[in-house]
Amino acid sequence: MTLSLKYHILLGTVFLLASASLHAKPNGEQLYSTHCSACHGANGDGGVGVPLSLPDFQYGVTNDYLTKTIRLGRPGRIMPAFTNLSNKEVKAIVKHIRSWAPGKPFKYSNKKINGNVKHGKEIYAKSCAACHGATGQGGKGTGVTFSRPRDLPVIAPALNNPGFLASAPDLMIKTALMNGREGTPMLSFLKQGLSEKDIDDVVSYVRSFEKNSAVKKIKEKHIPYLSYESPNSMEETIANVKKAAIGKNFRIIREQYLNEGLVKEGKENKKQMMVYFCNFDFLNRALAIDPRVGLFLPCRLTITEENGKVTVSSINPLFMSGFFNNEELDKLCQEMHQVYTDMIEESTF
Amino acid sequence: MKYKNLTKVLISLTLFLFISASQAEQLLMARTNQGFPEAMLKLQETLSEFKYSLSRVQRIDIGLTASGYQTDKYRIVFFGTEKEIAHLSKKYPHLLPYIPWKIAIFAEQQDTLLVSANPMQLSDKKYPDADKYLVKWKKDIEQIFQILRESE
Ligand code: HEC
Ligand code: HEC
Repeated sequence: MTLSLKYHILLGTVFLLASASLHAKPNGEQLYSTHCSACHGANGDGGVGVPLSLPDFQYGVTNDYLTKTIRLGRPGRIMPAFTNLSNKEVKAIVKHIRSWAPGKPFKYSNKKINGNVKHGKEIYAKSCAACHGATGQGGKGTGVTFSRPRDLPVIAPALNNPGFLASAPDLMIKTALMNGREGTPMLSFLKQGLSEKDIDDVVSYVRSFEKNSAVKKIKEKHIPYLSYESPNSMEETIANVKKAAIGKNFRIIREQYLNEGLVKEGKENKKQMMVYFCNFDFLNRALAIDPRVGLFLPCRLTITEENGKVTVSSINPLFMSGFFNNEELDKLCQEMHQVYTDMIEESTF
Repeated sequence: MKYKNLTKVLISLTLFLFISASQAEQLLMARTNQGFPEAMLKLQETLSEFKYSLSRVQRIDIGLTASGYQTDKYRIVFFGTEKEIAHLSKKYPHLLPYIPWKIAIFAEQQDTLLVSANPMQLSDKKYPDADKYLVKWKKDIEQIFQILRESE
């Protein structure tokens, strides 16, 4: 085969692959429904994520801000980075979001505001920190999930987030402060007595978060599961698992065979057993951080016997925490990882 | 000389495609504007249309109302097929603690949200044979979620 023919075939394959993902005309409504509506609501009225349909938001942000936010996400703040959508698809989503508000959104230059950072910091501590956090880390938990009563109906976004800072020009931040976002707890600070000069100073202070917002340590790779071999019999090991759970203040909520419910009663594989346990305090803390943690619940150890070898295994919470892009949850997963490791060790001793 | 450049282009293009293919979503999520009981029923029906059996439905609501939630509508649905589970649980230790697979379903105001991990996250070079199951599960969950999104 000649060199050029080889290249033609390669090129052809590559283009075929590429065109499959690029050529179909993207449907913004459909894409929004698939990728965004679970968190931001079918019509942008918010939920796990902040609302996107309010007029002050719509007029206050540029298409470029929306595009960059979709691409970069908010690392550690639940909002994922959508790196695998094509440019056309992102554009279609932005267009769909825009369909909720008539009229033209603002356009901003990237002009830098040179306010007094020191003064801005003082104002920030007094007027912003209560909602956005002392270091701009944002409010705790997620939005209006579970119809849970909260101190704020909309979560205050993180202002120190690299995804936010890279997407929002100074003038956009200024507009949010000048006008506020009606329908959310974020009020106009002009109306609350700050001068435009004060507002410029706070904007420059918020911009100064950039220095400390370097993307956090690259995520370590974690193995998906934890597993130990037990020197004891299946029965003894199960008894030990339950003892270990109770020792860690868990309640045993259920024991069942792995394939129970999937096979006819009496036909279950008795050599594959699952023990479910729960601690309500832990459960409630987890659910307050992120309603999606049901995927970790209830806690479970699986005990199996294969060729006389008894094994105790569990999911690895550190591996799973990587799915959620939620820094607050990461800490809880560390804790859970420790509990699982201790329990598996204890019950296979 | 000309080919060297072309090679570069090709490599970066393939890399781009590779990256975009491998950065699959980590969680699969869906919102339906059905209320919780209707969505729960629809999920169970749809799972069985896809030939899955329900292994168990776990309530996660004990204590929820006690700690300030106004809803107790939160369930974990475990599901699978007899054959797949028998096969996978014996052959693939990395999947064992993840099966039966689950979907979390909970109310948010008038709507209902569904969440599942993307099975492809468990794809492992050491166990390439497991991939066909993971691919199937992912496709099925995506289709099931789409059916729920569209049902009102
Ligand atoms: C009472 C709570 C509260 C206070 C006080 C508050 N904010 Fe906000 N802020 C919010 C909420 C909630 C939002 C989200 C609004 C939305 O969803 O559109 C927000 C949005 C913003 C935004 C837009 C960010 C984005 O991602 O769209 C900026 C910028 C901002 N606030 C800066 C500030 C600064 C600076 C101060 C102090 C001068 C301040 N806020 C005070 C609650 C607050
Ligand atoms: C898993 C939940 C989740 C998904 C899925 C999600 N978002 Fe978000 N999004 C959030 C959260 C949470 C925030 C607020 C981040 C913070 O608190 O700092 C946010 C913030 C945003 C913002 C900034 C809002 C503001 O006030 O400045 C935009 C714009 C946005 N998301 C658009 C989208 C789009 C478009 C999609 C779909 C392509 C999407 N999001 C998918 C959770 C999500």
